[in-house]
Amino acid sequence: MLTEAILSVRDLEVVFETGRGPLRAVNKVSFDIRPGEAYGIVGESGSGKSVTALSILRLLARNARIVSGSVLFKGRDVLGLRDDEMRNLRGKEIAMVFQDPQASFDPVFTIRSQIGEAMSLHRSVSRKEIDANVVSLLRSVGIPEADRRKDQYPHQFSGGMKQRAMSAMALSNSPALIIADEPTTALDVTIQAQMMDLFRDLKERLGVSILLITHDMGLVAEFCDRVSVMYAGSIVETADVHELFKRPRHPYTRALIDSIPRLDREQDQLESIPGRMPSLLELPAFCAFQPRCRFAKPECLEGIPQAKDLDGARVACYRAHAGDL
Amino acid sequence: MSDGNLVEVTGLAKQYAIGTGSFGRFGKAAVHAIDGVDLEIRKGETLGLVGESGCGKSTLGRCILRLIEPTSGRVVFDGQDITALRKGALRLLRRHMQIVFQDPFSSLDPRMTVEAAIAQPFDVFPVPEGQSRHQRVLALIDAVGLDASSLQRFPHQFSGGQRQRIAIARALALNPQFIVADEPVSALDVSIRAQILNLLKQLKSRFHLTYLYISHDLSTVKFISDRVAVMYLGKLVEVGPAKAVFAAPRHPYTRALIDAVPVPDPAARNRRQPMKGEPPSPIAPPSGCRFHPRCPHAMPICKETAPPLLMDADGHRVACHLYSPAGTDVVSVDGTTPSSTTVPGSGERLRLIA
Repeated sequence: MLTEAILSVRDLEVVFETGRGPLRAVNKVSFDIRPGEAYGIVGESGSGKSVTALSILRLLARNARIVSGSVLFKGRDVLGLRDDEMRNLRGKEIAMVFQDPQASFDPVFTIRSQIGEAMSLHRSVSRKEIDANVVSLLRSVGIPEADRRKDQYPHQFSGGMKQRAMSAMALSNSPALIIADEPTTALDVTIQAQMMDLFRDLKERLGVSILLITHDMGLVAEFCDRVSVMYAGSIVETADVHELFKRPRHPYTRALIDSIPRLDREQDQLESIPGRMPSLLELPAFCAFQPRCRFAKPECLEGIPQAKDLDGARVACYRAHAGDL
Repeated sequence: MSDGNLVEVTGLAKQYAIGTGSFGRFGKAAVHAIDGVDLEIRKGETLGLVGESGCGKSTLGRCILRLIEPTSGRVVFDGQDITALRKGALRLLRRHMQIVFQDPFSSLDPRMTVEAAIAQPFDVFPVPEGQSRHQRVLALIDAVGLDASSLQRFPHQFSGGQRQRIAIARALALNPQFIVADEPVSALDVSIRAQILNLLKQLKSRFHLTYLYISHDLSTVKFISDRVAVMYLGKLVEVGPAKAVFAAPRHPYTRALIDAVPVPDPAARNRRQPMKGEPPSPIAPPSGCRFHPRCPHAMPICKETAPPLLMDADGHRVACHLYSPAGTDVVSVDGTTPSSTTVPGSGERLRLIA
């Protein structure tokens, strides 16, 4: 690797205890994010992408257990931190932007007091400083009339403005990494474009690393430097974004790209992937994509394929490594 | 009424009265959800209706079916004015027009088996083509690509994509002519979305259906539609053949919408400046052209006069002052003629027939 990773996830395994048995949400997931990099984790619902993101900040539900693996942030093992150390990391060095800005703000406090709280949790600041900082943060994320709007309540902000305010909160302690979990899914497409422009600007101006969790291959193509594709709790392919779209190596990645309706070309039929993703409650002991894969062969039923290097990318597929796709 | 049209909408408007002030106790105002829409849907076509949330596209779809009563205007369905129809007569017409909703989790009764759900329309109308209820249901479930064994199961035993197939089977039960599909794939995962879009296309040609496909997602609209109507704040801003609208959008809003869609190809990264601002409130829409506060090409006239929806010889309509009637020069704010790089489709002057 060229530069030291800022975040390094190794062999992460997360299991949810449910009434119907253990649900294996994340299985042996490994990836690295470099400083200043926009990293994408893309997958459909139930692929484990959000659980992976939440594990990094140890924000999992009570019935979830990190069974094994490590999460190293700037070389420190996050999973071994005490709760108070963890609180110190959260929001300060690693910040998170969630999908639903509506649910992420407390409706009874002003925007100023909520962003101010995020600041004063991690350092001692005077009221005056908070006021000045909140205004400049809101301005930096493109909120007009920031001086007046800081004293408003969340319901007085539109969805797009709330998402901007949440990004302002995420930035309030100059984090080194922002985890954005479907940050634009609830927004209209023109507002989404504004938000992604903002994230791009933050990345370039402040050098912050961004982990983008999304289902949208278009967003990944436009925004990310490197990408991991998740399917049924595992990373099936990791590659440079240009490589991934030019030469997808895993049959799932390929099918996913081909199934997107596109504005930039004519399509009579969409490539569709037959069937559906297996339940995480009953994952097979072989490649989880095998039942839907048009390249599947008998050997695909022999054990779970591990991610291995394949000319510059990492791919978990027997057929890809055998070179017969 | 032209023979080729299944649906003709004239001057359709829907206003919702709302209270203003704290907790809506003081004053009265109206939300103009749709405002003077003229639109026709041709027999056998898929008309895509696209716009952002709150633009009125769902309200328009529902007003056409009279699931919502329009405030004014006229809807003609298959030659019959349905705006004034009484309940009984309207109900008879209902079998010809159906709707598929966005959320297949709430559109199916959780206590009804799939067979009962699909056969429900037969409580009101006779089974078409002299089939028995069960025969008809079997044919329908097969048409949407599900197994006959699904019929005795309940909705919760199915995935989102399968439920949407069930909802489509139910919509097809009475052999309708016209289906309004309101964001039918928005709740589905990418790989499943493709299955349902392909299915909708296939069913259309198999059963000679006409669709009004409503969505915020331009890519799916482009894939499925023959013609496209773009809506902004309750008004149509552009209507035309899908190919023409996507290849050479005329209205600056259409252009901005298309530019905002991320392209799944990193080699074609779009670093254009995104459109500024947000859609204004439909309670107090901007004067003149409703898009003018966000429009990069706004001229003085745009603030004052609402541009009419004018049509060229190819049936491509646009409501924008940049496209003045043939013979009039297009002049921008600073008095210069806009260059072809900044004005969508300039250089070709509209030949007006309306």
